[in-house]
Amino acid sequence: MKSGSSLSIWFFTGLCLGVNGLLIFARGIYEAINPPLENRVVLFDLHANIWWGGFLLIVGIFYCVHFSPAKERKRNAQS
Amino acid sequence: MAPILAFLSSSNLVHLSPVDLVIIVFYFGLVLWIGLYLREQANTGEDFFMAGREMTAWVAGLAFLSANLGSLELMGWAGNSYKYGILAAHWYWIGAIPAMLFLALVMMPFYHICKTHSVPGYLKLRFGEGAQAISSISFAFMTVLMSGINMYAMAVVMKVVLGWNIHFSIWVSAMTVAIYVALGGLRSAIFNEVLQFFLIWAGALLIPILGLVEAGGWSGLQAKIMQNLTELHVPNPGSYTHLWSTLGSFSANPMGINWVGIVFGLGAVISMGYWTTDFLVVQRVLSAKDLRSAELAPIIGAAFKMMVPFIVILPGLLGLALLRDPHTGQLIRLVPADLAWSPQGQAQGLHGYDEVLPLMLARYCGPGLLGLGITALIAGFMSGMAGNVSAFTTVWTYDIYATLINKNMTDTAKVKMGRWVTVIGVVISIWTAYIAAHAPSIMDYVQALFSFFIAPLFGTVILGMLWRRATPAGGWTGLLAGTLSSVGMYTWVKLDPSAVRYVALSMDAQDQAQNMFRALWCCLICVIVTVVVSYLTRPKPDSELKDLVYGLTPIPKTEHVTILHSPIFWGVVVAIVFVILQIIFW
Repeated sequence: MKSGSSLSIWFFTGLCLGVNGLLIFARGIYEAINPPLENRVVLFDLHANIWWGGFLLIVGIFYCVHFSPAKERKRNAQS
Repeated sequence: MAPILAFLSSSNLVHLSPVDLVIIVFYFGLVLWIGLYLREQANTGEDFFMAGREMTAWVAGLAFLSANLGSLELMGWAGNSYKYGILAAHWYWIGAIPAMLFLALVMMPFYHICKTHSVPGYLKLRFGEGAQAISSISFAFMTVLMSGINMYAMAVVMKVVLGWNIHFSIWVSAMTVAIYVALGGLRSAIFNEVLQFFLIWAGALLIPILGLVEAGGWSGLQAKIMQNLTELHVPNPGSYTHLWSTLGSFSANPMGINWVGIVFGLGAVISMGYWTTDFLVVQRVLSAKDLRSAELAPIIGAAFKMMVPFIVILPGLLGLALLRDPHTGQLIRLVPADLAWSPQGQAQGLHGYDEVLPLMLARYCGPGLLGLGITALIAGFMSGMAGNVSAFTTVWTYDIYATLINKNMTDTAKVKMGRWVTVIGVVISIWTAYIAAHAPSIMDYVQALFSFFIAPLFGTVILGMLWRRATPAGGWTGLLAGTLSSVGMYTWVKLDPSAVRYVALSMDAQDQAQNMFRALWCCLICVIVTVVVSYLTRPKPDSELKDLVYGLTPIPKTEHVTILHSPIFWGVVVAIVFVILQIIFW
């Protein structure tokens, strides 16, 4: 993005999605083991927080690794 | 943690858990970190105001779209789709896609080649300081005003939905935006807009997915809407799920509009004006690193814009189909905001149209997902506000202060002023938010005022770019005549409501329909006055119009690129998908 910078916007994006995904996924696992007795959301049995949190976590990890500061420095050095 | 949770989640609509709070706090920390990180890369005017003109097509394109995707855009249009049905999708499709493609393939070369810092800056080069002054002052005034009023509206929604204190919402969100934009300038705003784009999708996409599962797919959704609206004795219930087939007459659809208003008022004037001349969005594309990126950026934005109805319009329709009282099983009918937020409305537990998205969020999203959804709404608000503030800062510094007040500013002085004006712009916005708090109807007036300037501005800019005979006198008199005529029509209808039959061609025309026709007439008046005055006055010599007007601007040949990197190819792809969508939802 910016010549000379080591942190790409895509790294920040990956970090944001990854952390949020991890929190949501972990909460989903907790709820699957200890399901709430009341105030369940509609379609609770689909466990959206597990698969959606997992999806965000995977996307986040991909972006963090692919646009990691080390790789970005390498790209900047080559360009 | 407990007192903070109690402070932030006293509402009975949505309750936040600790994990939700962690997600929201993490988001605020991340955007501030980005601002701090980018501070060292915003030392020159080009860096601070134009992000160094080195953004890739993807970054510029996503920021271009995200600056428009404010929280009011999300919640307001979800509410409009509940109110008007799928007709609201016109604002995302015919009301955006043709204009974005037109910006990319026709207008972008002129903006990019003349290296202007802003749209008023282009008007200065093309028509002189008269047109620039009218455009820049009105834009700066309206931008901070809109920013503040939107801020207040968001704070009210946060209060209703989450029980958050209004002052807390206003100050924390606004100061966060002020810090990261003042530190990193446009680059920081754009970085955060890209981040916010992903957050908005991550937080909102589950609602339509789970909603369609619950409704039994699109056909099940249509059947449920038909059943519910028939039960409520709503006229033309079928029109809520059809995009074009009910636009043959004003009375056959809930918006009170016909196809002429949608195609010409919305598609040809309002959307062209907004997407091609509103500096709030155009500034993002001007930051692109080269002409090909500048052309591709709006096309990328258009491709994603076509998908936004999935997270905005569909939740509104799902609200029509699925929202029932869990205890009695009766349909929940949302009402206008002023009624819902009145003491009587609150006592009866009524909800406004704009609350349909948070209601659907609360319906499907438990702890964690709820925090992500709320963060998406906050991110939407902040991206919209950062867009307003960064555009205001540039227009003030370059087009007002450095043009009208102190023409000898150094580059360093401009950056210093940019940082201060960012903070001052936010403070003025906060002040405006408190004015709106004491005069709720001001929002309606200001939204109308905002449209006054956009429609005629499009007429002026497009004539300036495509017609070399347009003269400086023609440019600024046309702009002024278009603006004044729009204000005149608005005032006429306010004073004499029966005048709507002349302005909007029908007594059935609702507010949105009136906006469309008013925009159409004032743009036509702008064009006619510009043409007439131009023929009566002396044109600029061709030598002064080089790089500004079609026919006198050598478009640099794009380097040899494959078809997959060609803006025209992707423009055609987007146009084909756009047509297919119109046919599917006809």
